[in-house]
Formats: sequence, structure tokens, C-alpha cells
Amino acid sequence: MSSRTSPPEERSENPATPPQGSPNRAPRGFRTNTKYGRGLRPLSIATIAALPLALALVFFYAPIEAEEGFLQKIFYLHVPLAIVTLCGFVIGGLLAIVHLRTRDRQWDLRSYVAIHMSLIFGVATLITGSIWARGSWGHWWVWSEPTLVSFLIVMLLYATYQPLRFAIEDPERQARYASVFAIVAGAFVPLNFLAVRLSTEYLHPRVLGSSSNLPAPMAFTFLVSLVAMSLLFATLCSYELMAKRTRMLLKARSRTLGFR
Amino acid sequence: MTLLATSIPGSSNNGYVAAAYIVFFTIVLVYVAIMALRLTRVERGLRELGERSEDQPANEIRERETV
Amino acid sequence: MRRTVGALLRKELLVELRTLESVPGMSLFAVTTFVVFHFALNQNTVSGDEAAGILWVTLLFAAMLGVNRLFVADQDQGGFDAFLLAPVDRTAMLLAKAIALLAYLAVLELIAVPAFGLLLLAPPLSQTMPDLLVVLVLADIGIAAIGTLVAALAVQTRARDLLGPLLALPLLVPVVIGAARASSPLLVLTHSSGPQGRWLATLALYDLVFGLIAYAVFDFLLED
Repeated sequence: MSSRTSPPEERSENPATPPQGSPNRAPRGFRTNTKYGRGLRPLSIATIAALPLALALVFFYAPIEAEEGFLQKIFYLHVPLAIVTLCGFVIGGLLAIVHLRTRDRQWDLRSYVAIHMSLIFGVATLITGSIWARGSWGHWWVWSEPTLVSFLIVMLLYATYQPLRFAIEDPERQARYASVFAIVAGAFVPLNFLAVRLSTEYLHPRVLGSSSNLPAPMAFTFLVSLVAMSLLFATLCSYELMAKRTRMLLKARSRTLGFR
Repeated sequence: MTLLATSIPGSSNNGYVAAAYIVFFTIVLVYVAIMALRLTRVERGLRELGERSEDQPANEIRERETV
Repeated sequence: MRRTVGALLRKELLVELRTLESVPGMSLFAVTTFVVFHFALNQNTVSGDEAAGILWVTLLFAAMLGVNRLFVADQDQGGFDAFLLAPVDRTAMLLAKAIALLAYLAVLELIAVPAFGLLLLAPPLSQTMPDLLVVLVLADIGIAAIGTLVAALAVQTRARDLLGPLLALPLLVPVVIGAARASSPLLVLTHSSGPQGRWLATLALYDLVFGLIAYAVFDFLLED
């Protein structure tokens, strides 16, 4: 792993860009960016509407929980983050399945972005969970919270995703192997959650509160937070995809014009 | 669980909640900043591309061997 | 298909018997690790949770050694290309390699578990059988399935020795959970109950799910 090979967006291996003679026309068969960025505007507007609404609900509408007090407000941040991250990993696996079936590398790109974004959200989950544990237990880490523990394992697994990609030079094989990994890891996520849940319940009861038996205002606030987090995830993924494609297009056009 | 909640002073809990939300937003903002940097680079590349394609006449480019 | 698997399996086992490059190393590693644990924990005997933990961690890491070596000969000496040219179902290689790895694990355990009983375990081993055998078999199937898949994935990358264990260990955590929790009540002095059904069920579910996934996905790894 000494010299890095490039991640998927660096390679303009897009099969839809055959080099053309004329520099003034877009290469035939390549979709322009307007199609890809189309979903981004409504998504970002929805996110901009949902996130402040969620925050307002969390701090002004949801009642203070009797047992945990004000600290419980982290619940509205940490748990949606966790759910979105796990779904993101599973979606990455599903997109990888589509990639292997259609052999269209766009799907591999989407899978990569989903997993990459979930990794970032996962780091946020671990940090917020740790802060919550510190506030609740006094320790920065607790083994008795199964969500946090199974998260750690899943993150350790997905942390190998990028090194795996960078260790394979051939872009077609890189995409293929990454998809295989994404599928196996995506199937692993729910199974791991189950196994860890089983093993920790065996020892201690859940400490950091569960999302069942919530009174109505709390449940509503939680739902809105979840929706806002999902929208944020989708928006950032869409954003990242558009940026990657713009870069690929730039490289393709450079090559078409005979530069570099 | 009630024992735990009462053993920790209530005032410090606000700090933890604030810290968690601040961490989250910082991560999002860092991401946006990185993306902004990347996109400025892409924009610069596009500008350069536009300038260089203007410098050369079109037929010269057509003659050039494409990869 | 069965003939292909049989032929490949025979080749694997013959090569291993002649070169002896995996199994002796794995077994020696396991026994040495038990000695290291004795010094690290500063204890003469262990039982219960501790014993289960030491046993399974050691078996797992020894298995990683075997996993690392599983496809190396094929990769370095063109075995993949030869196999791809043959008009056979490619999943046969997965089955053959997985069964071979299972065989290596079985031999490993034949050596390591008695060694564990001798060196570190407080209660006598005889009372733990045959329950322990069931746990071993179930866990081995999971390790073999994931190990083979990860080995195939890692061998064609550049950092294969590093990436193999790094991929396999998180994936095998549910196996560790199931196996350790299941064998823990077996390894206590006042041996009363068998392993809890839920852990055996977890192991079985894991084996089923990942066995199927490995079967479905292996083809895509061999396409060159």
C-alpha cells in the first residue's frame, strides 16, 4: 500500500466518452451534467427546510425526559445518524449488486459514494455516541451499549474499503472487487447488529434509552430528525456524485482536446 | 439509570449536548469546505481548458492524434 | 460439479501434504500463543469466559495464517489462469478451497484443543466433549466460508498479507461472539449445562447467510 492508485472518480474510464475530433461538441453518448444535478436542488431545499425544523423541534418542542434530563437530547442526533449510516452501508451493498449485474460503472460510483458518506456519518455516530456515554455513564466508551459496539465493528470493517480499492490498480477489477466487498459487508451489517445485541443484552440491560415506548411529541421529533438526517445524507451524496462526474467530464474533455 | 442521571450534575449535561451537536455540524461543514476546494480546482481546470482551446485554431486540433 | 470439486480438493490436500506449509505453522502458532497467554495473564489455569476467550482468539488468529496462504500458490504460479481456461463451474474453486480450509482447521483443532486442555484449561477436556465439538464445527464452517472469500479478495491486491486479516477479523466477530458464548459454560469446573441454543443458532444462521453469499459472489472474483 505504498503508492496510492486513484479512487474511481480519477479515472475517466467512462465507456460513454469516445474521443472525438471536434472540440466544440460534447462527446457523443455522454450525458451532460444537467441530468445528474437535477435531483440536487429539490433535495437541498428539502434538507434546508427539514434540518432547522428538526433542531427547533428538538430544543423547543420535545419535552425533557424524566430520567436522563437534558442529556437525552443527544438521542435525536445520535440515533438518526446511526440509522442513516447503517442504511447507507446496506444501500451501498445493494448498489453494488446492481453494478455486478449491469456492469455499468456508474453504479459502482454510486456505491462508492454511499459507502464513503456512510463512513463519515459513522464517525459522527461514534463521536456523538461516545459523548452521550460520557454524559450518562461518565466513561467515553461503554461496552454495554450494543448500538455503539456493533457500530465500532462495522466501522472497522468498512475502514478497509478504501485501502482495498487503492490496493488494486486495474480500474475494472477494482470496481468489481469493491462491489463484492460492499455486498458481503452490507449483508454483515444486520447480522452483526443482531449478534452484538444478543451478547450485550445477556450481560446488561440497555442503558442509553431505546426508541420504543416514546411519548408522542418525542416520537414525532425523532421522526422529523430521522427524515432530516436522511435528506442530508441524500443531498450530500448527490453533491458528491455531481462533483465526481464533473471532474470526470473535465478529464475526458482534456483528453479529447489532446491535452495530457 | 435514575441513579446515574442524578449522580452527574445537571449543568454539565448542557455542555455534552452542545458538544455533540457542534461535532456533527463541524463534520458537515468540513465536508462542505473540502468539496468547495475540490470544485474550485475543477473550475480552474475548466477555465484553463477553455483558454487553451481558444489559443489553438480548430483544424490544428482536429489533426492532432486523439488518445 | 462434484467431480471438479473433488479433483480440486484432492489437489489442495495433496499439495498441503507434500509441502506442509499451512497446517504445521498454524498448529505451532496456536500452541505458542497458549504459552504466551500463560505469561501474559500470569495464570496457571483458566476456566469459563476466560478460557473460551483465549481458545477462540487463538484459533481465530491461527486460522488467519491459513487464510493468508490459501490462494497464494494459485496467484503466483498461474493456477487461476489454468482454472479459468477449464470448462467448469468457477464456484467449484470456492467449494474446494473452503473444504480444504475446513480440513486444515480440523487438524489445527485436533492439535490445539488438546494442547489447550493440557496447558491452560482447568476442567478436564473430556467432560466438555461432545458439546465443544458441535461448537467447533459450526464455528469452523463460518471461518472457512468467510476465510476463503476474503483470501480470494485479498490475494490479488498488493497488500495481501495485511488486507486478509484486516477484512476477515471484523467479519468474523459474530462467530467469535457465538463460539465464545457457547463454549464458555462448557469450560467451567462445575460443568452443569450445555451450550445455550441461541448461540448455536447464531452460528448456524451466520454460516447459512455467509455461505450463500460467498457462493453467489465468488464468481465475480475470478473473472480475469
